[in-house]
Amino acid sequence: MTVTIIQPKPISFVAPVVGIAGAFAGLFVGTAQGSALIGVIGGFVLTAALAFLWLTVLRNERIARWVTTLGMAAAGYLTGGLMGGLVGLIFGWLFGWFIFWLGEGRYRAKLPPYTTPMQVFLHFGFRVLCGLIFFFLITPIVVVMPLSFNAQDFFTFTPEMLRLDPEGYSLKHYRDFFTNSDWQQAMWNSLSIAPMATFLSVSFGTLAAIGLSSEHVPFRRAIMAILISPMIVPLIISAAGMYFFYSRLGLQGTYWGVVLAHAALGIPFVIITVTATLVGFDRSLTRAAANMGANPVTTFFRVQMPLILPGVISGGLFAFITSFDEVVVVLFVGSAGQKTLPWQMFIGLREQISPTILAVATILVTLSILLLSTVELLRRRSERLRGLSPG
Amino acid sequence: MSVTTDTGPVLSADGKPLKRSLNKALRAQKLRALALIAPLLIFVLVTFIAPIADMLFRSVENQIVSNTMPRTTAELAEWDSDTSELPGDNVFEALYTDIFLAAEAKKHTRLGSRLNYEQPGVSSMFRSTGRNVDEIGEDQIKALEDLNGAWEDETFWFTLMTGGDGAEGNPSLLKQQAASLSNLTESVYPADIGFVPGQAISDLLPQTASAYTSFALFSAVDNGDVVAEEEPWAAVKLALIQDLRSGVDLSSYSGPGAAELAEAQDLATSLPPVDFKAGFIDIDEEWADAENWTTIKMYSPDFTSGYFLNAVDYQKTPDGFAPRPEDEQIYNTLFQRTLFMSLMIMGSCILLGYPIAYLLANLPMRTANLLMILVLLPFWTSLLVRTSAWKVMLQQQGVINDTLVWLGLIDEAGRLVMINNQFGTIVAMTHILLPFMILPMYSVMSTIPQTYVRAAKSLGATNWTAFWRVYFPQSVPGIGAGSILVFILAIGYYITPEIVGGTTGTFISNRIAYHISSSLNWGLAAALGSILLVAVLVLYWAYDKIVGIDNVKLG
Amino acid sequence: MKLTKTLLATTALTVAGASAHAQDMADSMTLVSWGGAYQESQHKAYVEPYLAMNGGVTATWDESSAEAVAKLRAMNEAGNITWDLVDVVASDAMRLCDEGLAMEIDHDELLAPAPDGTPASEDFGDLIVSDCFIPQIVYSTTFGYRTDMVPAGTEPPSSVCDVFDLETYPGKRSLQKRPIDNMEWALYCDGVEKDDIYDVLSTDEGVDRALAKLGTIKDQVVWWSAGAETPQLLADGEVFMGSTFNGRLFSAIAEQDQPIGMLWDMQSFDLDGWIVPTGLSEDRLARVLDFLRFATDTQRLADQAKYISYGPARASSAPLVGQHATLGIDMAPHMPTDPANAGNIHIYDYEWWADNRDDLDAKFQAWLAQ
Repeated sequence: MTVTIIQPKPISFVAPVVGIAGAFAGLFVGTAQGSALIGVIGGFVLTAALAFLWLTVLRNERIARWVTTLGMAAAGYLTGGLMGGLVGLIFGWLFGWFIFWLGEGRYRAKLPPYTTPMQVFLHFGFRVLCGLIFFFLITPIVVVMPLSFNAQDFFTFTPEMLRLDPEGYSLKHYRDFFTNSDWQQAMWNSLSIAPMATFLSVSFGTLAAIGLSSEHVPFRRAIMAILISPMIVPLIISAAGMYFFYSRLGLQGTYWGVVLAHAALGIPFVIITVTATLVGFDRSLTRAAANMGANPVTTFFRVQMPLILPGVISGGLFAFITSFDEVVVVLFVGSAGQKTLPWQMFIGLREQISPTILAVATILVTLSILLLSTVELLRRRSERLRGLSPG
Repeated sequence: MSVTTDTGPVLSADGKPLKRSLNKALRAQKLRALALIAPLLIFVLVTFIAPIADMLFRSVENQIVSNTMPRTTAELAEWDSDTSELPGDNVFEALYTDIFLAAEAKKHTRLGSRLNYEQPGVSSMFRSTGRNVDEIGEDQIKALEDLNGAWEDETFWFTLMTGGDGAEGNPSLLKQQAASLSNLTESVYPADIGFVPGQAISDLLPQTASAYTSFALFSAVDNGDVVAEEEPWAAVKLALIQDLRSGVDLSSYSGPGAAELAEAQDLATSLPPVDFKAGFIDIDEEWADAENWTTIKMYSPDFTSGYFLNAVDYQKTPDGFAPRPEDEQIYNTLFQRTLFMSLMIMGSCILLGYPIAYLLANLPMRTANLLMILVLLPFWTSLLVRTSAWKVMLQQQGVINDTLVWLGLIDEAGRLVMINNQFGTIVAMTHILLPFMILPMYSVMSTIPQTYVRAAKSLGATNWTAFWRVYFPQSVPGIGAGSILVFILAIGYYITPEIVGGTTGTFISNRIAYHISSSLNWGLAAALGSILLVAVLVLYWAYDKIVGIDNVKLG
Repeated sequence: MKLTKTLLATTALTVAGASAHAQDMADSMTLVSWGGAYQESQHKAYVEPYLAMNGGVTATWDESSAEAVAKLRAMNEAGNITWDLVDVVASDAMRLCDEGLAMEIDHDELLAPAPDGTPASEDFGDLIVSDCFIPQIVYSTTFGYRTDMVPAGTEPPSSVCDVFDLETYPGKRSLQKRPIDNMEWALYCDGVEKDDIYDVLSTDEGVDRALAKLGTIKDQVVWWSAGAETPQLLADGEVFMGSTFNGRLFSAIAEQDQPIGMLWDMQSFDLDGWIVPTGLSEDRLARVLDFLRFATDTQRLADQAKYISYGPARASSAPLVGQHATLGIDMAPHMPTDPANAGNIHIYDYEWWADNRDDLDAKFQAWLAQ
């Protein structure tokens, strides 16, 4: 990629742009304080002036950004208490960064030098749009986290919490999760059901996917359609069907009943991911192995398996999460002895609203973040080891 | 290899024709592939497909009527439901036997609930009748028992009905009654219950013998008693009175209880006849309503289209199919709403998913993978948590309204209603299903070479033209894949609409769940489920045609 | 039954002591209840003490009472009963009894008499609404309202008809998503005499009239289906007033300190109790009956009232009702049966609803969906 020369932009461009952003932020502050107009004008003037001062007079980025951040935080605190202070802090940091990013022309760093201003604008407009969509994706998950520290037993931000008063926060829901035998039992049930279901769907699924990848399978589409159907059939129909059918077989309300049901639901994910990996699999490798005298089992475990392992693992993860997060089917097929975590959460929502489910959710989200980051780190590491440059 | 000039078949190394060898190898390969697939296929068929087929079968199944009232439905076949006249006495007499047995087995209320779906009020008719069916023929039975204490004596009855020790038995009657009774009670009746009806008595008093045999089976198996120690039901005694009144010739009978029988026949003929019709109407005057009888007759076949008709807001009438009363029509609305909302959800997922997929596909790998975590995180977070999070966000005292009020954009009184309606369901489900849109789009877009767009631009296309004429058409398969996936998943959603949908934002699935767990109308639930399933399967088929099932990619 | 008795008699003769007793009984029970504070009160008041007395016995809770009838039917169809004792409301108990899914109970033989020797059937009295039903508590469905949302200068609501008065008391209401109670309240507030409610409701016009009255507030109603929803909605300030079970409101008011007031007018009384499913094996049945005898005695039912504000079903338990287990407040004034609260009550007609539930449900649901 071409390196674009970064050069400072004229203040006559930077100050109004920063001012417009400031006016936008000022609109909110202004309406919150009672007058939108004063907010807009104040925001414009203040931020434009700051941009002018920092870029033409002070010119020391580090000091300027600290001053902006702390200054706005202080102003916010004086007008709006702790919460206002927090908002001020964020605004201050943001504007400090924005002024220099714009003023120093850093925003062009990653764009080809020939891009027109309009293209630059569209480029960043698009980025902002995507940012908003990511915001939409993430906010609900972030919002529940503070609620899990609620000192009360309801799903509500109490006034104490909004004032950031320590009184409004407590760890009691976490304590409840770790000491309540129902939750512990549910956790344990989930942890004993999900791996078994995953094991079943992965072992059956991988074999079948290998079979399906052969070029000469009769009725391939029909078989595929049947195997994928658990993902497609509405859950309520699957649940009701399994409920009646498993009752008749004596499987309803047993560990194996739930495991079989969850394994069936996880199979499409394994099939999809493993067949996708097999598309890129070079068949001559197995032929070569066979040529050199390896029997099919050895070929499978020593040649094929290591190569399709990423697909198998990711299919397994999907199958695991399907079982771990499944509530409709287990509600029907399970009984009290198989109460899984999602079931306990469902009760928590329906019968006894308790933020303990938010504490559980926070723990699970944290675990997912750790898991996802680890996978990503491992992937990068293996790429580095294999000498592939990260794209 | 040498060039062969002869025209014979090409041979392989071992001397067999190559064609055959190839075929053989191909067959072996096919078999191996099938052997690999078979375990999973069987697994899915047994654990998944069979249960669904089994459940859907309930949508047409209707044996309950003929199993609970076999005699009545048989007699009713003669009755013409077009006349507004009530069925004849024979039907009411059969009804007595059926209801009596059903009440003993406690199955009459279940039949009542079943017919109540079609004709309101039938449920209470059956319940009250089951409670009071003993009242019919009370006087006659009382007179019989007053006549001779033997008719209240269980041992006397037992001897009478077996014909005494060593008498010839009538096992075929036992078998026949056991078969009919097991349809009702679902119990399994062994061949030996310690009682076999006597051949002589069953020829002489057929009704009594049948009734006593049913009684014997029921006492021995369902109640776990000894037959000879139990006094027979009122229905058995009434059957005896009916048999005796029908003018049987007792003169040739010499088995046990011959004297008591003769004495009883004199009494029975002198008593007023048992009026079954009046008796039933006395218990519940609904029995005098021909409409109820029409319903029973209409639903006596073993299979019915009633549930499916109900599922599209129609009902069966004697004149064919007709729409249900307006204040009970609900399913068409629900299906339309489900369709409309699923489309809305699909649309918003396309709008929100496309930019993200585009961004991810055009960013350097490293950044894209980091951002991918933001997409996968909601995907990995429990559905229940995300749904309750939306509840916290959307409600009137929720985060969004609080923020808007704090910013002064709305005032305290003008808080927006965003939950317990369609808006709430659409927002929450868009959020939940968005990853299912982004992932397939991303996997398609990441295969589109960036060079095409650059080439277009260098040939003078504007940004918009380059995108719209070059990039977008190539990304359409991704949109198609994502859309159908999202639509299929949305149309069957249950938990989220239940929690945030209120009354206007719920789907057909919620109604199915309601019928399974609350109203217990499993047949209707199965019919609604079948319709939903067919809709999904059509989409699935379309998906397979357009995209190909193999091309679904997840991350 | 006969077999059990003989078995019990012979073992009692041959092997003395409690160990023989225990051999005849299963050592685990699955109890089905409603979850939440109510299940907790059952657990504390009689399950924990029972388990402490009988070492080696375990009890599992299943929070499926809301779907009890459906699940018992399916279990019965499959011939595989996994539940031992099921807590249901009276109307469900009658339905289960009608269908032969619940066992008929001889109350005097199986349940403990009152301390003064009154047989159980007299002690429970009229509350035994079905042969299969062993009542535990009297509860009521009644209204709570946000005290801080009462419009300035107005009296707090005092009549159930204030629910329908959007002018004096603006704001959302939460009502249960079913016709029972709501239809009666609507007719009552539409001017129907209390005694005539069910007669009016038996006619099509009466149903239309009730729905029309409910229609006046329809767009202000949040419909709930689980008992925990109204307290949550009240705590959030989402609704101004809402119906729920009185014990839920008590726990929100007394235990969670929420600004909620009780509106006892036209509270709808209902009963909740145990049923034993039919088809249990001998050893499981023996265990359940042993537990049942303990769990429904006078003291245990009175103990339950320490944890939740529901009235014990035995007459002899009422005088023993004491103070809340942790808060130390007198429980009697919070009972729905307390004379101060029971001034104007609504007696819910089980028989009538058993007959008409299906019809009205269909109409009500269609009305909701419109």
